[in-house]
Amino acid sequence: MNLNELTIQEAHDKLQSGDIFATELSQVCLRRIEQVDPQINAFLRVTGEQALAAAEKVDEKIRRGKKLGPLEGIPVALKDNLSAKGVITSSASRTLQNYVPPYDATVVQKLKKAGAIMLGKTNMDEFAMGSSTENSAFQITHNPWNLGCVPGGSSGGSAAAVASDECIYALGSDTGGSVRQPAALCGVVGLKPTYGRVSRYGLHAMASSLDQIGPFAKTVEDCAYVLNIISGHDSRDSTSGTNAMPDYTETLTRGLHNLKIGVPQEYAGEGMEEGVAEQINNAVEQLKELGAKVRKVSLPHTKYALAVYYILMPAEVSANLARFDGIRYGYAAKEAKNLEEHYFNSRAESFGSEVRRRIMLGAYVLSAGYYDAYYKKAQQVRTLVINDFKQVFRKVDALVTPVSPTPAFKIGEKASDPLSMYLSDVFTVPVNIAGVPAISIPCGFSHNLPVGLQIIGPWWGEEQVLQVAYQYEQATDWHKKKPNI
Amino acid sequence: MKLTKQQTEHIAHLARLGISPEEKEKFASELSSILNYVNELNKVDTENVEPTSQVTGFANVMRKDEVEKFGQEKELIEMAPEHQGGCVKTKPIL
Repeated sequence: MNLNELTIQEAHDKLQSGDIFATELSQVCLRRIEQVDPQINAFLRVTGEQALAAAEKVDEKIRRGKKLGPLEGIPVALKDNLSAKGVITSSASRTLQNYVPPYDATVVQKLKKAGAIMLGKTNMDEFAMGSSTENSAFQITHNPWNLGCVPGGSSGGSAAAVASDECIYALGSDTGGSVRQPAALCGVVGLKPTYGRVSRYGLHAMASSLDQIGPFAKTVEDCAYVLNIISGHDSRDSTSGTNAMPDYTETLTRGLHNLKIGVPQEYAGEGMEEGVAEQINNAVEQLKELGAKVRKVSLPHTKYALAVYYILMPAEVSANLARFDGIRYGYAAKEAKNLEEHYFNSRAESFGSEVRRRIMLGAYVLSAGYYDAYYKKAQQVRTLVINDFKQVFRKVDALVTPVSPTPAFKIGEKASDPLSMYLSDVFTVPVNIAGVPAISIPCGFSHNLPVGLQIIGPWWGEEQVLQVAYQYEQATDWHKKKPNI
Repeated sequence: MKLTKQQTEHIAHLARLGISPEEKEKFASELSSILNYVNELNKVDTENVEPTSQVTGFANVMRKDEVEKFGQEKELIEMAPEHQGGCVKTKPIL
C-alpha cells in the first residue's frame, strides 16, 4: 500500500512507531498531487514548502520518541473558503483571487495546534454555491471514479482529493449538503456536524444560519478523530455550542442492538435513480442484520424543505456578499466614474452567474412588500420542519436516507438548468434547515459510480451518527474500493 | 408568476449588481422558475407558527464591549485595491 492511501489511524501508528517520517508522508502526497491532479483539478493551490517545513518539526518529535497527537504529521487539504493566514483564500471567486487572510479560521488554528500538515487549498463552487464544483471561477474538478463526471459540490475539490488519495483527509463546508453530497458522489466519508458544533469563525460566510464545517475522510473512525480536534465552543462565533464535548472515538464500537433506526417514507420519492434505491434498501437490510430495530417514520414537511432553503439561503447570501464592494479588499473594477458605478462594475465583473442569481433572488425575497410572503413564511415552515425532526427523534435514535437521488452526473449536464441542479440537494437540505448532524458513507455502486448512505442524528447526537456509520462500515467493504486513477 | 425585465433590473439595482441586457432576460426567466417552485410554501398552513431563525436555541450571546488591538491595521489597509497615507481610497461620493 502506498503511504498516501493510509487512513489517519494507520498513518498515526506508522509515524508514532518511527516506521515513517512526516516529511516522507507529505512528500508522497505531494507527488501524488503532481501525478494525478492535472486530470482531477482538486487543488487550487498547493503549499508544499510550508507543508514540508511543518512536517520537519513533527519529525523532530518522532526522532526524540515523543508521543504524537492523533492528527500530528498527517496531511490535510482545506476547502478554499477556510481562512489560512498568509495563504490566498479565494472561495474560488475572482472577487477574492488575491485575498490573503491576516488570520487563521478557528478550525485551521486548531488543526495547526494539533500538528496537522496543510497541503493546500481545494477547489469549490464559487462561495460554496453549487452542487457540482463546476461553478468555480478557476477550474472544474473531475470525479476520480469517472473523469467525465462531476465530483459533486460545493466541496468537490476536498472530496475528490480524499477519493484520489492526494491527501489523508480534508475539510469542507456544508450549507445544503456540500460535504455529504460530494462525499457520496466520490465514495468517501463526509460528516456535517450539528449547527454550532464546529466554530464558523474564519469560514467565508455563505448562509450563516445553515453553514457548518465538516471533515472528509476515508473511514468513519478518521472522521471522529478530526471532529475531536475541530469541534468545541469558540467565543468568536456567537452561534458556537457550549455543550460538553465527548470523545467521538469512544462510542464507535458500541453495537446497534439497542438502537432504533427510522426510514423516512418521504425520502423514497420521485427522481430517485433505481440503482441508488437498491443500494439504500440493501444498506437498511444490513443495519437490520446488525441488530438495529428499523421502522418506517414520517417527516411530513420534508417536501417543503428545499423551497424553504431556496428562500432563506439566498436571503442570507445577499446580506453576506454585500461586503464585497471592491473598496476595502478584493476585486476592484478599473473603470468607474463614481462610487455607485464602482459597486455595480466591481460586482458584475467579479461574481459568477450562480452567485449573482442567488444575490438577486435574496434581494427580491427581502425587498419591501415581499418579506412576509417569502422570508417570514420560509422561517415559519422551517419551524415545522424542525418540529418533524423533534417528533421523530422521540421515537428513533437515528434516520437513514439516500444522500443524492442519483450518482455523479456528467459535467455540463445540469449546468444550464439551475432548478434541476438544486434538486440534487433534496435529501440533504432538510438536515441544514433543522441544524441536525448527518454523515454520508459509501454503501455501494450504481453504473460504476459510488452511492452514499445518509445517517441523520438528533441535535448534538454526533455520537449516534458515527456509531451507526461505523458499525455499517465494519460490516461492509465499500469504503475500501478505490478509483482507478 | 413571471418576473418582468423591469423588475429584474430593479432587483439588480437593489443588490448593486451590474447586469447586461441579455442577462436581464436570462435572470428574469431563471428567477421566475425558482420563485414558482418556492411558491409551493403557500400550500402550508403557518397560522400561529413562530418563525425560527436560530436552530439550536441560543439567543443574545454577549461579550464585554472592550476594545482589543488587532495589531495588523497596516496589512488590512494595504489589502485595499486603492489606499493612500494609511487610508482606504474610494471614488468621490459628492
